[in-house]
This record gives sequence, structure tokens and C-alpha cells, in this order.
Amino acid sequence: MARRRIKINPMALIGLTPMIATAVGVFVICIIYSIVLSFTNSRLLPNFEFIGFAQYERLWETPRWLISVRNIWLFGFFSIAFNMIFGYLLAVFMDQRIKQEDAFRTIFLYPFAMSLVVTGLVWQWIMDPNLGFQSAVRNMGFTDFRFSPLTNEATAIYGVIVAGIWNGVGVTMAILLAGLRGVDEEVWKAARVDGIPTWKTYLFITLPMMRGAFITAFVLQCVGVVRVYDLIIAMTQGGPGISTQMPAVFVIQHISGRSNVGLGMAAATMMLLPIIVLIAIQQYFAWRSRRRAAGIGAAVATLPQAQGVKAS
Amino acid sequence: MSGAAISTKPAAGAKVVVEPAGPKPRKLTITRIGVYAFLVISAIYFLLPLWVMLVTSFKTMPEIREGYLFNWPREFTFEPWIKAWATACTGRDCNGISPGFWNSVKITVPGVIVSITIAAINGYTLSYWKFRGSEIFFGILMFGAFVPYQVVIYPLIIFMREMGLFATLPGIIIVHTIFGMPILTLLFRNFFASLPEELFKAARIDGAGYWQIFFRIMLPMSVPIAIVAVILQVTGIWNDFLFGTVFAGRENMPMTVQLNNIVTTTTGTREYNVNMAATILAAAVPLAVYFISGKWFVRGIAAGAVKG
Repeated sequence: MARRRIKINPMALIGLTPMIATAVGVFVICIIYSIVLSFTNSRLLPNFEFIGFAQYERLWETPRWLISVRNIWLFGFFSIAFNMIFGYLLAVFMDQRIKQEDAFRTIFLYPFAMSLVVTGLVWQWIMDPNLGFQSAVRNMGFTDFRFSPLTNEATAIYGVIVAGIWNGVGVTMAILLAGLRGVDEEVWKAARVDGIPTWKTYLFITLPMMRGAFITAFVLQCVGVVRVYDLIIAMTQGGPGISTQMPAVFVIQHISGRSNVGLGMAAATMMLLPIIVLIAIQQYFAWRSRRRAAGIGAAVATLPQAQGVKAS
Repeated sequence: MSGAAISTKPAAGAKVVVEPAGPKPRKLTITRIGVYAFLVISAIYFLLPLWVMLVTSFKTMPEIREGYLFNWPREFTFEPWIKAWATACTGRDCNGISPGFWNSVKITVPGVIVSITIAAINGYTLSYWKFRGSEIFFGILMFGAFVPYQVVIYPLIIFMREMGLFATLPGIIIVHTIFGMPILTLLFRNFFASLPEELFKAARIDGAGYWQIFFRIMLPMSVPIAIVAVILQVTGIWNDFLFGTVFAGRENMPMTVQLNNIVTTTTGTREYNVNMAATILAAAVPLAVYFISGKWFVRGIAAGAVKG
């Protein structure tokens, strides 16, 4: 800040004060504070008795956390995979010059307008072992029918995944459909001339061309997965037992009810780690492409962090 | 549309290609029937929970216990709705979900106004009044869009407590403003950056200052993006659960939190019809926003999902 090329308008500085306060206060100081606390033995209130990595050692010996980590991978893998596959299928089918496209779009997207709490409660009711989907099908005559994933420790997490997909697939569909519509008409003409079947064109030609849309959808999914909290609380409260625990739930439990702030903050820091890695990878690619473009000498200061998703 | 909302590159963000790009269909072939079959089956999967919610909320408890989840109610009753709104119990309080509704209104209305005003000023300043360092702060803010809330929530609790804002209405409004800021600022910044610069220059030559240009020229022009922002924030704040649980306190408990309490703390027999009526009531506002706003909602959706 030694040499200012542009004179700062004092009004501009005042106008930007809330943003600067948020950026520095919340997204720098609060994060550092959390990380610092993870090296202390804070219980209910913060203190600064440093104990090194002891909290992290404890964390990775805590079954509740280990289950959380396993669940976030399971939940992340299945919900993102299904979201992408189902979302792309819906987008492709929506792209067939169908009638009532707007009606279908409205139907596929409306769950996203509902909160995850509502989503969780509805699906919990549908998956109710005594009066839900299971009993409805049994009453139709299929007396051996079984569908009550939430009552079983081994399957509860899949029940949560079904609800999560219901909530979010429409968004993926909308993004991918926009990507499909962005593919040049010439590509389709060329594919037809070459006699390539439609399904092959969708799978091998347009799909790789929509990398941007897929990355957008993927990043949105990832952020959603790391943050998953409401859905768990509404659907299972982490149960049965601790079988549907998630890192986000773990942190909140440890700073409130379980009053073990040090351990909670160690967990929170672990949650930050994958995000940092993702941003670092993205930064590396941005830096590499900038170096390649350096020849042009464009002095455009490309913005760092959020450049990850360039779809358009 | 999709990426424009997240890319930091300025973009109008409204380019929607309406024409399907797929191959032209021939007549009604097996493939066509397959396409419609897939879409209709998918639509059923999406509509099923809404159907179940609705029919359950109008049934009597004896009918629910028969276990026909999907059936149309035999005896139509509005009792569960009245109970859900006015007399359902959470712990010892038996006022239904209505206090939660009004709390959500009290949180959402100022939350939307404050967060969008600040974001509009941010976007305007970042587009026209850049100074050394302003982009760095913006970069940090964008990083914040991806940070898991759990990483900052505890220090924020401490801070709010020190300021005497913990478990107060202004406190929860500030929290919503903070966490809405990254995505909203990005929206407004991209929007202002897409406007012709001559507009700003002409106003400068005419001697207009920072606030004058903002209020007289930029704000009136930003109505389209403001609509997207309002949709985003109304649904986002109304649907929030985490911040409501942590920061709102008992007095200002938003509707989502109260709904969850009503459903999960019922002692004795669970009244599924009342629960489902309460659930629909809690979902009503964002659903209404969705059905009324239509295409605008779709425009904001890619941006909104980042907040998720």
C-alpha cells in the first residue's frame, strides 16, 4: 500500500466498509481463530492452553468422527454421482423437443425451493416403517415388501442420500440443460452427416464439450455435501446410533451440547482442508493458463479464488 | 446462464438459449414414447412427496394408521391444519407454528433488505471505484463462499456474545447478511461490470459523486438483478435452519427450527397429519416465491446453490 496508483475516494471506502469487515473479520480472523483453538484444550469457553496436535490425535480416535468421515465420503460419492447421471439424463431427455417442457422443468426444480428441513421431514415420513411407503405397498398385496432404510444402521445413510438427490437433482438438470443448449448446432449437423447415433453423440461428443457446465454443477454439489446439516437433523438426528453422523453435525454438537470446543475446532479445521486443497489446485491451473497467456501481455488482473468455475 | 453466476468474469448472466439443440424428432416412435415414459416416471418421483404431504395433512389419524400412504383422504378434515398453525406443541408451549412464521417474517424482511443494499453498494464500488486492495478483499469474500459454515461459526458466536447481539433479532440479521454477502456481491458486481462504462463516465463529467451516481443512476438500473437477489435471499433466509438454531435464540426462533421441534419433540402418539400440515406451512412461502417468479428463480438458482 506504499504507492497508490488510484486515489481512494473516501466515500468508496465507507461504502465498502461492511464488505471489508466481513472479508477480514469473518473469513480471515474467524477462520484463524478457529484453527488456533483447535490446538488448545478449550472446553466450554475458549482458552489458550496450547496442547499441540493432541486434539487431532483424539479426533482421529473418536468413532463418532470416523463414522462422520466415512459418511461424508459415502454421501458425497453417491449423491454427486447420482446427481450427475440422473441430472444429465433428465437434461438430455428434456432436450428432445418435448411438449410441456416448462411443466416438466417446474416439477423437477420445485423441490429445491423447499428447505432441507422440509425435505428431510417429508422423506422421513415416507420412509416410516409402520405407516409409510412400506406399508402402502404391503397393503397392495406385496406382503414381503421391505423399504425402511432409516431404521437400519447399515442403510440409513442411503435413505438420506435419496432425499438429498430429490432436493438437488433439478438444479443439476437446469445447469446441464443450459450447457446442452450452448453446444453449437453445427456439431449436431456434423454428427448426423457422419451417421453417428444420437445417444453416442450425447455421450461422446456433447458431454466432453460441456465441461464447464459439469464443473459448475460439481462444485455446487461439493459445497452442498460438505455443508450437509439440516437434512441429517431433520431426518435421523445422526441415528440410528451414530450411523448417519456428519462432520457438520459433529462440529455443532461439540461446540454446543458436548462443550468440547478444542475437539470441535479440530474437526472444523479438517472440514476446511479439502476446500483449501481444491482452491489450491484451481489456483495452480489458473496460474498455469495465465503464464501461457502472458505473451499477450494483457494486464487484466484476473481474480483469484472464485475463478474455479468458468462455464460460459 | 449456468456459469455466469459463479464466474468472476463480468457477464450479463441472462443469455438463455430457448431452442433445444437436440436432433429434430420424427413422428411418434418407440424412442419418443421411451422419452416421455422416462420423464413422466421422473416427474412422479419428484411429485410423490408433495402428494404424500398434501393427502396426509387432510386425513384423520385413524385413517393414517390404516397405512395407505398414497390414498386420497376418505374423510376430509382441516383439523390438522388448524392445530399445526395454532395449537401444536413444542415442549411446553402450545401455540402451533404461527409464532415461527412471524419470527421468520421478522428475520427475512430486514435480512433481505440489509443484505441486498450492502451487496449492491459492494458491487457498484468494485465495478466503478476500484482502489488498491479492493480486489483482494473481494477475493477473500469469494473464498468465503466456499468455506464450510462450521469453520467460522464458533468465533462468530463469541463475537456476537461480546457485542450483546447473540440470540437477538439484529444478531441473526447480521449473520444472514454476512453469509449472503459473497454470492450477492458477485451477482451485483458482474451486473454492474456488464453496463456500458460511458454511463458512469458521463455522470462523473456532470459532477455526480459516489452516492449520487449510486442512488440516481445505478440503483434504478439494477432492478432485474435485484429481483434475482430478492428471490435468492427470501428463499435462502426463510429456508435457513443452521443459523436459526445457533444465532436466533428462543425468542426469535424461525419457522424451520420450530417445525423441526414440533415434529421431533412430540411426546406420546405422533400426529403425522399435523406434522405434514406444519411442513407444508413452512414450505409455503418459498414455494409461492418459486411458482410466482418462474424463470427468474431459475436464473438465480445456480448462484443460490453456492449458498446451499
